[in-house]
Amino acid sequence: MTPVQQELLIATGKVLVFVGVFLGLFSGMTYVERRLLAFMQFRLGPNRVGPFGLLQPVADGIKLFFKEEVMPEGANKWAFMAAPALAIVTAFLAIAVVPYGPTVHLFNRDIPLQIADLDVGVLFLFAISSLGVYGIVMAGWAANNKYTLLGGLRSSAQMFSYELSLGMSWVGAIILAGSFRISDIVASQAGWFIPNWNFFRQAPGFLVYLVAATAEVNRTPFDLPEAETELVAGFHTEYSSMRFALLQMAEYVNMMTVAAVGTSLFFGGWLAPVPGLQHVFGRDIGLLWFLLKMGAGLFFFIWLRGTVPRFRYDQLMNFGWKVLLPLATLNILGTAAWIAFSK
Amino acid sequence: MTLDAILFYVFAAAALGSALVVVGQRHPTYSAFALIVTLCSLSAVFGLLGSPFIAVLQVVVYAGAIMVLFLFVLMLLRVTREERPAGGGWALKATAIGLGAVLAAQVGSVLATVARGPGAPGFNASTVSVARLLFSPAYLYVFEATSILILAALVGAVALAKRDL
Amino acid sequence: MSGSADLVTPALLLSLGLFAIGVVGVFLRRNVITVFMCVELMLNAVNLAFVAFSRWRGTLDGQVLVFFVLTVAAAEAAVGLAIIIAAQRNKDTLDLDAFNLLKW
Repeated sequence: MTPVQQELLIATGKVLVFVGVFLGLFSGMTYVERRLLAFMQFRLGPNRVGPFGLLQPVADGIKLFFKEEVMPEGANKWAFMAAPALAIVTAFLAIAVVPYGPTVHLFNRDIPLQIADLDVGVLFLFAISSLGVYGIVMAGWAANNKYTLLGGLRSSAQMFSYELSLGMSWVGAIILAGSFRISDIVASQAGWFIPNWNFFRQAPGFLVYLVAATAEVNRTPFDLPEAETELVAGFHTEYSSMRFALLQMAEYVNMMTVAAVGTSLFFGGWLAPVPGLQHVFGRDIGLLWFLLKMGAGLFFFIWLRGTVPRFRYDQLMNFGWKVLLPLATLNILGTAAWIAFSK
Repeated sequence: MTLDAILFYVFAAAALGSALVVVGQRHPTYSAFALIVTLCSLSAVFGLLGSPFIAVLQVVVYAGAIMVLFLFVLMLLRVTREERPAGGGWALKATAIGLGAVLAAQVGSVLATVARGPGAPGFNASTVSVARLLFSPAYLYVFEATSILILAALVGAVALAKRDL
Repeated sequence: MSGSADLVTPALLLSLGLFAIGVVGVFLRRNVITVFMCVELMLNAVNLAFVAFSRWRGTLDGQVLVFFVLTVAAAEAAVGLAIIIAAQRNKDTLDLDAFNLLKW
C-alpha cells in the first residue's frame, strides 16, 4: 500500500471507530439518563428488560425500527425527510476536531486520537454549532403544523442568541493558549489542575459556556423548543419511527459533543489533574481521564434536568442578551488586558 | 487528477447546481435552503484553495448567521410560493440574458489573459498570517470602521423593524 | 492545507458562473427575499474571485478583503431584512412590483 492509501485507511478507520463509539454511548446514555432521573425522583426507571434493565436501549431501538413511518398530509416531503439527516450530520461533524487522548502507537505508526487537528479547530466547532440549528428549523417548518413551526422558530431564536455567548466564552481560552488549535489549548493547561485548567483560570468564561452550551443543546432548563406543556413536543411533534430516533440521536450526540468540547477547552482534555497520575505502570491513561471528565459533564446535564424547572421564553431571551453576553464580553476584555499588561 | 482537484470539482458542481435551484425555485424557503448548500460548498472550495480561515468564516457568518436570519424572516412572514410566473415581459428576459452574456464574455476574456501561468509557491494563509495583515496599519483603520458600520446596522435594523420605539 | 495553484482558473470560472446566476436571479425573480438572496449569491461569487486571486498572487490581501465583504454582508442582511419586514407590514406583500411609491 502506498503511504497515501495507508493514511486514507487510517483516517477512515478512525472515523468509523469514533462514530461507532459515539453511537454506543448514545444508546447507553438514554438508559443512564432514564435510570438516574428516576432515582432522583424516587422512582425505579426502566428495569424490566435484561439485568437492571440494561437491555432497554436495545428494546427501544427494535421498537422504533419497526414502527410505522407517518408522514403528515400537508408536509413538505423532501424537507421533512432531509431534516433528521441534516441534524445528525451536523451533530457528528463536531466530534472530528476534539482530541480524545495522547498519540498511541499502533501497527508501527503514531496515531493521534483525533480525526482532524485543524489549524482553525475552535472556529470549526463554532461553524458546526451554528449549522446545528438548520435541522431543527427545517424539521419544524416541513411538518406544516403550528406547534412544530413555533418550536422551530423558538429554537432558531434561542440558538441564535446563545451561540454568540457560546463562541465568546471560548475566546478567553484561545487568548491564553494563543492558538485556535484545540490540541494546543489542551497542551496549554498542563500541570496541576487548580491553577492551570481553564475552568479556574477562565472561571467567567466557563460559567458562560456552561449556560450557553445547555441552551445550545436544548436541555432543561432551556428546552423551550420542545416544551411539552405548551408545544406538544416542539419541532419533532410529527416525527415517528426511525426519523424520530435520528432526531433524538442528534440531540444526544450534541450533548456529548458539548461535554467533550467543554472537557477539552476548560478541563484540560486528556491531561491528568495531577501530573503524576498521567502514567500508570508506564502507560499513558489520557483516554481514561478524558472519558471520566466527559462522563462527569454528561452526569451534570442529567442532574440539571432532575433539578431545575424550565425558563419562560422572555426570561430566556433577557438572560441571554443582558446577562450572558455582557459577562462573556467582560471576560474577553479582562483576559486580554491581563495578557497585555502581564507581558 | 489529485484528490484536491476531484473534491474541488465535486463541490463546484454542488455550488453551481444549488445556485441554479436558488434562482429557479418559486418557493423562497426552498431557495434559502439551496443557498445554504451553495454557501457550504463554497466554503469547501475556499478550504481547497488553501484558505482555511476564510472557509470557516464563510460558514460562521453566512451559513450560521445570515441565512438563519433569512429563514427566520421567511417563517415570520409566512412566505408562500410566488403567485405570478417569474420574469417580466420578454423584453426584460432578453435584456437579462443579453447582459449576462456580455458579462460572461467580459470576465471570460479577463480570465483568459490573467489566470495563465503558475500560482505563487509557498502560499500560507494560516489564521496568524491573515490576522497579522488585518491588524497591520494598512487595514487596521478599515477594520475599526467596520465595527462602527456593524453598530450602525444594528441600530438601524432595530429602528426599522420595531413598530414603535 | 496549502491548496493547489492549478485550481485557480476553474475557481474563477466557478465564480463567473455563480455571479451570472445571481444576476439572472435578480432580474427574473419576483419575491424581494429571493432577489436579496441572489444578491448574496453575487457577493459570494466575488469572494470566491478574491480568494482565487489571493491564491494566484500568493498575497493575503484578497483574504482580508473577503473578511470585509463578509462583515458588510452581515450588516447589509440585517438592515435589508428589517426593511423587508417593514415593507411587508405596509403593503402586505413581498412582490417587488408592489413597491412602486418612488416610481414617478
